[in-house]
Amino acid sequence: MLSEIERRELEDTVKHYPDKRGAAIDALLTVQRRRGWISDESLLDIAQFLEMTAEDLDSIATFYNLVFRKPVGRHVAFVCDSISCWMKGCERVQEQMKNLYDVDLGQTSADGRLTVLPIACLGHCERAPAMMVDQEVYGDVAPEKVKSIMDKYE
Amino acid sequence: MERPLTQHLHQDGTARFLREYVETGGYRSLQRITTGMAPKDVQRLVSESGLRGRGGGGFPTGTKWSFVPMGPDASKPKYIVANGDEMEPGTFKDRILMEGDPHGLVEGMIMAGYALDAEVGYIFLRGEYHLSAQRLTRAIAEAYDAGYLGQPLPGTTFQFNLHLHSSAGRYICGEETALINALEGKRAVPRAKPPFPQTVGLWGQPTIVQNVETLYNLPHIMNHGAEWYHRLSRTQDGGTKMYGISGRVTNPGWWELPLGTTARELLERHAGGMADGARFRGLLPGGISTAFMIEEHLDLPLDFSSFPSDVGRLGTGTMIILDDQTCPVGFVLNLEKFFARESCGWCTPCREGLPWVAKLLMAFEEGRATNDDLSLLEMHTKWLAPGHTFCGLAPGAMAPLQSALKYFREDFERHITIGGCPWSKKSAQQRVLA
Repeated sequence: MLSEIERRELEDTVKHYPDKRGAAIDALLTVQRRRGWISDESLLDIAQFLEMTAEDLDSIATFYNLVFRKPVGRHVAFVCDSISCWMKGCERVQEQMKNLYDVDLGQTSADGRLTVLPIACLGHCERAPAMMVDQEVYGDVAPEKVKSIMDKYE
Repeated sequence: MERPLTQHLHQDGTARFLREYVETGGYRSLQRITTGMAPKDVQRLVSESGLRGRGGGGFPTGTKWSFVPMGPDASKPKYIVANGDEMEPGTFKDRILMEGDPHGLVEGMIMAGYALDAEVGYIFLRGEYHLSAQRLTRAIAEAYDAGYLGQPLPGTTFQFNLHLHSSAGRYICGEETALINALEGKRAVPRAKPPFPQTVGLWGQPTIVQNVETLYNLPHIMNHGAEWYHRLSRTQDGGTKMYGISGRVTNPGWWELPLGTTARELLERHAGGMADGARFRGLLPGGISTAFMIEEHLDLPLDFSSFPSDVGRLGTGTMIILDDQTCPVGFVLNLEKFFARESCGWCTPCREGLPWVAKLLMAFEEGRATNDDLSLLEMHTKWLAPGHTFCGLAPGAMAPLQSALKYFREDFERHITIGGCPWSKKSAQQRVLA
């Protein structure tokens, strides 16, 4: 069931659209912010609120890189793997993640602290390689800087 | 040299909010509305200015607007959508504007709304741009409080409402009809055209989807006129352009410069030339959906209308440099993997063709490619050419591939003859062992 706060937030958002389902992405992201990911149960709750079928909403939820239909760690590190970051060594950043936290792309660390995902160009190409942890973007990420960045995310 | 879009931006990357924005002439263009300039006159001014869409297509903005039904019989509501789904790899220009001067986008959207008699706007922002989202949210709230939004502008009946829509990360949403589906809460696949969004767009209503940088230009055109705007440019397209460079150069970055600036000036004067130890081999002029340019093209003026079509197109104007330390095949493989991953899957040639292309390129990198694979790559550039797919994604993906096959053909062939990637340390070791 949607919590009172979630419901209020969603009601604020749907006002911006002539049709409730226009708020589908906002609704998925709003609920995900509080629950970490979108479970089948959350999906059903949101679909009901938006007056959509769950299948319809799932066709949206599964379409986007930032909507998680599986549980993720407490923090998510997105390593940009598009061209400018690739040229400047994003693969070494991914390797460093693996060395430090024993996580491959798409995996969550055993302690549930961290999920590492690839991401399309973060739009910080002038500071490649870039990565985003939760909502914060870091540029010029040399492998030796990874630990000090990640230490902030317990 | 005038830099209307960026002259006031803070060097430290902090944002300018309402008070500071107004103190430096912000929202002055709305006087055009309150002193009675008619929407059709705003449209005419924009046509005369020679403004072209900055999202990569370069379509004349005035012409685009001319298809929107006007007058008392026009279907209402009409919508203005800012396309801030900046996901074209190598492109970061809209972010600079939105993070630094969020009110500029609000003002530009009000002006577009007035010109087209549209009362509602959405800023469609890519989900990863959290800082832009925070700053735009504050700017929108300030604009409501100040009465620029949500109530009739003084002396008029025109009022504009504006909402921020943060997306959740999918490249195809930059395609305007896919973006419209996304905003409606549908799976973001492109729509058939016609009908064009100008007449049948968001929720079936007349809709203009405009790139963020394009909208930033509108207040300045209103304030200073079409003639001034033309003088900013070195070519017949009006205005300045947000150019950028990434890759192995001394100073990667962005610069607002006259349209028609050459790649050589950008590379040598602004980016400080190639980084130590790197030699220039080619560049993609504006995101990865554009064709390679090589040494002989460096003195071409970079604009929309004079760009020779046999070379390619300007795209977003934020260029990516290919240097001699980077394998051109590996470079193109990275691009094609991106396109394959981001294909929405709606039409077969794109959904099936792009992974095939990526697989073929992988075979080159891993030393399994034959001459037949080279022909297969060539054939894909024809099978996925414009007209064979539902939208521009796959044709865009073929632009760098086709031009790479033309300019870097010997590098592809070398992968076949030596059975691996000449740039890869691993395959070099394997060759020694063999």
